[in-house]
Amino acid sequence: MQTGISRKRRAYILLMRALMGLSAAVTAALVLFLVVYVMAKGLPELSWTLLSTKPSYLTGSIGILPDILNTVYIILSTLVFVLPLGAGAAVYLTEYARNKKLVAVIEYAAETLSGIPSIIYGLVGMLFFCSFLDMQTSLLAGALTLVVMNLPTVLRTTQESLKTVPQSYREGAFGLGAGKWRVIRTVVLPGCVDGIVTGCILSVGRILGESAALLFTAGFAHAVHGFFEGLEHSGATLTVALYFYAKEQGQFGVAFAIAAILMALTLVIQLAAMLAGRWFKRRREQ
Amino acid sequence: MKKKAFESFVYGIFLILGLITVGCVLLITVYLILSGIPAIREIGLFKFLFGKTWASTAKTPQFGILPFILTSVYGTAGAMALGVPVGFLTAVYLAKAAPPRVKTVVSGAVSVLAGIPSVVYGLVGMLVLVPGIRRFFHVPDGASLLAAMVVLAVMILPSIVNVSITALEAVPKEYEDASLALGATPTETWFRVSVPAARSGIAAAVVLGVGRAIGEAMAVMMVSGNVANMPSLFQSVRFLTTAVASEMSYSSGLQRQALFSIALVLYLFILLINAALNFFLKRGKES
Repeated sequence: MQTGISRKRRAYILLMRALMGLSAAVTAALVLFLVVYVMAKGLPELSWTLLSTKPSYLTGSIGILPDILNTVYIILSTLVFVLPLGAGAAVYLTEYARNKKLVAVIEYAAETLSGIPSIIYGLVGMLFFCSFLDMQTSLLAGALTLVVMNLPTVLRTTQESLKTVPQSYREGAFGLGAGKWRVIRTVVLPGCVDGIVTGCILSVGRILGESAALLFTAGFAHAVHGFFEGLEHSGATLTVALYFYAKEQGQFGVAFAIAAILMALTLVIQLAAMLAGRWFKRRREQ
Repeated sequence: MKKKAFESFVYGIFLILGLITVGCVLLITVYLILSGIPAIREIGLFKFLFGKTWASTAKTPQFGILPFILTSVYGTAGAMALGVPVGFLTAVYLAKAAPPRVKTVVSGAVSVLAGIPSVVYGLVGMLVLVPGIRRFFHVPDGASLLAAMVVLAVMILPSIVNVSITALEAVPKEYEDASLALGATPTETWFRVSVPAARSGIAAAVVLGVGRAIGEAMAVMMVSGNVANMPSLFQSVRFLTTAVASEMSYSSGLQRQALFSIALVLYLFILLINAALNFFLKRGKES
């Protein structure tokens, strides 16, 4: 088929193909290694006692129940704030904003936010929420820091889904005499459910994996609290606990057990994001 | 009349929500500047940025952050040197060459890579990479700049792959068809037509990777040894990010203020990178 191609060209083609295949194989192998290694090291360390108790200095045992609870609390309280804020900002950008310059400024701000490293969020969160607003080192301060961090994510996914609401729907509603708010409530908001769900999944993934921003805002404590009480207290999430056990205490068994849990949750979230994306796409095409 | 008032009330609420992102960026900027300036004033800008010794807890403390700046720059450069070729070639493969099923599997794997928490990278780096480097290169301690480079290279892969794929897939099919019709093989077309056509997007991918690498803290903290040395491949080093993270919990006075100044320097780096990213993204859209 490829007769008439000079030897030099053929060598180039072979080389590039080999390099491409090799790179893709390296990438895939890396992922496979990471998943298998973490699971193989971590799963045997998991036990019911580890999952259902808190660390005790008396018996010298380690349990990660408080860290699991803290993670759940932080995820819930971050989502409660970030979903309405992000979705509202997206509605403003797509439905209300007339001033092109203002839109550009807001979008630039969102891009800037998504590029800021989490350690800087942690620092400013510590200065603003913990010191200035006097929340001390607490889960709530951590959650509010993460709200700012995840704002651009929810904003973007909602904006994307609002763009797929056909203009004719809005015009139809206006034509029937609906006011702006009514159009938004009945036509636009139902259209952004996709985006909010996707933004929600992505945010949960990011919150679950976040550590640098929480180190100085939510702290290290390992005590078991109820939800509202917990928000006022300092507490480590799973990632912060992993860091603490591995780096400060050399408890690699516990660290790997947490890593295995995080890895499993990462896989679940990726799967959920993929399925949600596919489902929404199919529904849109109908 | 009542309805009109209600509508403008709703408008006001959405306007406020829309402006929240701008407010957050302003807040972060103002806070970093206000808390970062005092220490720089006291130490002296030149001495702070170009001082070679960081000894924040010594009797006569010295606050030179050149080691951190250079470590961050070298570490990022090393991560790019390792990660960009692999990421770029993977992206070309996935966007153009891969059979659909392979593409689904490998892109799924890439998004898993993006989702793994940085502390997990740090943990695996600590227990696999660091001892590996020690044994392979016969150095006393594997916790080094090299270990950080490798970990960062893996962590930036997904950014590079995903953004490059988007750019490559946006290349008009006519360009490729024309090239094929002129007798170029598919492989030649991908690398000599598609890649140059997508170069702005690929540049954006690289810049995004630089931003990710320079901002990463936890994974780097776990594998780089965290001593404030001038950077050298097999030595324990400290990055801008880890300099802030490692001393924050016990710092006070001028030392604490100097940490805020380091964060300000890091923030300026990030703003520059963001501006570059925007430039490339915009140019990609225009062409």
